[in-house]
Amino acid sequence: MEVLAYLIPISLFLGGVGLVAFVYTVRSNQYEDPEGDARRILSDEWDDKPKP
Amino acid sequence: MTAQLSSGTAACPGCIATPAEPARPVPEDVQIALSLPGIHCSACISNVERELNAHPGVEDARVNLTLKRAMVKAAPDIRAVDLIPVLEHAGYEAHELDPGALSATQSDKAGRDLLMRLAVAGFASMNVMLLSVSVWSGATDATRDMFHWISAAIALPAIAFSAQPFFANAWSALRVRRLNMDVPIVLAILLALVTSLWETALSGKHAYFDAALTLTFFLLAGRYLDYRTRAAARSAAEELTALEVPRAIRMVNGVEEEVSVSNLVVGDLILVRPGGRMPVDGEIVSGKSELDRSLLTGETLPVFAEAGLAVSAGEVNLTGPLTIRTTAVGEDTSLHRMADLVAIAESGRSRYTSLADKAAKLYAPGVHILSALSFLGWYIYSGDIRTALNIAAAVLIITCPCALGLAVPAVTTAASGRLFRKGMLIKHTTALERLAEVDTVVFDKTGTLTSGAPELTNLGDHSRTNLEVASALAEASSHPLSVSLAKSARDAGIKPARVEAVVEVPGYGTEGTYHGKRVRLGRAGWTGGAEGDQTAAWLAIADQAPVSFLFSDALRPGAAEAVRAFRDAGKDVILISGDTRGAVQSLAKKLGIDTWISEALPHDKAARVQDLSEQGRHVLMVGDGLNDTAALAAAHVSISPASALDAARVASDIVLLGNDLSPIADACDTAVKATKRIRENFRIATVYNIIAVPLAVAGLATPLIAALAMSTSSITVSLNALRLR
Repeated sequence: MEVLAYLIPISLFLGGVGLVAFVYTVRSNQYEDPEGDARRILSDEWDDKPKP
Repeated sequence: MTAQLSSGTAACPGCIATPAEPARPVPEDVQIALSLPGIHCSACISNVERELNAHPGVEDARVNLTLKRAMVKAAPDIRAVDLIPVLEHAGYEAHELDPGALSATQSDKAGRDLLMRLAVAGFASMNVMLLSVSVWSGATDATRDMFHWISAAIALPAIAFSAQPFFANAWSALRVRRLNMDVPIVLAILLALVTSLWETALSGKHAYFDAALTLTFFLLAGRYLDYRTRAAARSAAEELTALEVPRAIRMVNGVEEEVSVSNLVVGDLILVRPGGRMPVDGEIVSGKSELDRSLLTGETLPVFAEAGLAVSAGEVNLTGPLTIRTTAVGEDTSLHRMADLVAIAESGRSRYTSLADKAAKLYAPGVHILSALSFLGWYIYSGDIRTALNIAAAVLIITCPCALGLAVPAVTTAASGRLFRKGMLIKHTTALERLAEVDTVVFDKTGTLTSGAPELTNLGDHSRTNLEVASALAEASSHPLSVSLAKSARDAGIKPARVEAVVEVPGYGTEGTYHGKRVRLGRAGWTGGAEGDQTAAWLAIADQAPVSFLFSDALRPGAAEAVRAFRDAGKDVILISGDTRGAVQSLAKKLGIDTWISEALPHDKAARVQDLSEQGRHVLMVGDGLNDTAALAAAHVSISPASALDAARVASDIVLLGNDLSPIADACDTAVKATKRIRENFRIATVYNIIAVPLAVAGLATPLIAALAMSTSSITVSLNALRLR
């Protein structure tokens, strides 16, 4: 059962990474327009180069 | 669930109608916000953005499809009125939103706060659940204790952070010695934590850390959905820019100065330019013009105005500049007296108790009593306070209203989303439930069933010369009848004749010279025509007999469909208008409305609606004018179009964003379905309690059973709500 000593911290760390990533997406306004973003991906504008 | 639902929106429609303009520094770039009720696909996004970005002065335009609005960053001299025609030309309806009010809601702090708490609760519950699953699948002795201690170390700080909204609500209810849904929630969470800690310390078998966290997670999810729905509606409904003038031009010793309306006093002389709205009640001192009173009284025919006529705040000056002497300001204006009517009428609506409140009223005391009884029973039976406390905690956790907390918000979110896609904003939380009960629909005429803009009806009756002369004269004026005439002529391919020396005679019409002869287009009395009961403009060419151009108020798109749908659904449709008998009768006939009332004063409308309510009817009022506000507030539920006056929009529960009226009938259907789903959800939650509670009381509930039951019921309830979409 010594493996638990590694596995538990690892699982907590990975969960923490997920939480931090989520906090980042909230802070950078990535949930402002879910419906629009879902549609924008289908548009072929700016396909050749990124929007300046 | 109920304590946080207070909203400051309906405080005083009069104050909102004439807001004091906040002093804002002029920014380098202006932010313009536009509401676009008609957009729905990726082509719309790219079209709107392309059109806006192509407009000179626009730096960046971005469409938000979820909120159906566009944010435009532009040079300081660009205003929304410049951009709206661009979009309308491309086929998209657009309305201006107030960017000042918008900036307040954009950094949506409360929503983010809830989302963070939700994320923390979710993260913690997943980790603790992982440890709990190991315990349930057979971890024993030291391993089990260690898992429990780790769970405690995650759960305690996580709950201290994420469950704060519940703690705050429960405390505010308890402080005034009342019970709300949050009291049993908080009690369950705290009791679960305390007994679990105790058990862990004594290396007991059962710990409920996972249950406390999942409970918090599901309840926060419900809270967040609820918040999202209301926030989206609230921001969009309140940011539609006020139509009222916050500023007026005061004449002091012949010099014009711009002042805030709140600084005007009785006796001030005010200049109102053509197209301007009266800021105060007053009497005309000089100038001749015509007044559009449709928003106040529902009359479509402009009224002739000259010195000596009394005017009320809210009327629109059409043709010539007017100087008025103020007779009433602020609270004494007719606009504010109307607001008082609203305040009286509104008290009736607050009597409605939502389904959620009804459920909470039954639920909260029941749960406490049940839990206390099982504690007492087990204490007497076994004499062991630890067992008794464990069972009491299990009862509280099992009965905890996860499904109940999701039952209403999940459905309202789905229903509001569906209605929003059709262009309707639900402003009030219980509006859907009330809309479902409607059996009588009262419509206002001008501006609601009709678009409020005149439409030429007898173009074909006139000779080409007459039309050419008329359109030349009409082009020179901004009077609504002239604008409509000129537009119809253009649409029919008629080129304006060469009419020279065209002058507009305020209050009468336009006059010019055509082939050396005097030609006039205007009021009957001025052109030699005969006064009729229909809206008309007369054309007189020198010695010829004058001819009349007849106008009728154009029907709003979807009006006929909406009325038909209501009649087909077996609802009574009533038309109440302040307009003249003839105009109301012909419209009622056209739409097939049997019951109609004309020349109704504002308080008549409200009284009529109240009468209907007293007969036990549930009235849906659809109206837009100031004369409708009292009736809108008195009705069981009310809808106003986005073009309505501020006061009317504030008084109504649902705002129609687009021009089309047909979604109203759909809204009723959706509301009925939504209410059905809410009741179903309550039934699902009850059935689950009936099965699980005896287990808990008998002391057979394990943390595994609690977790399973809680998740299953919450997911069932959410899926049931999704069927609405």
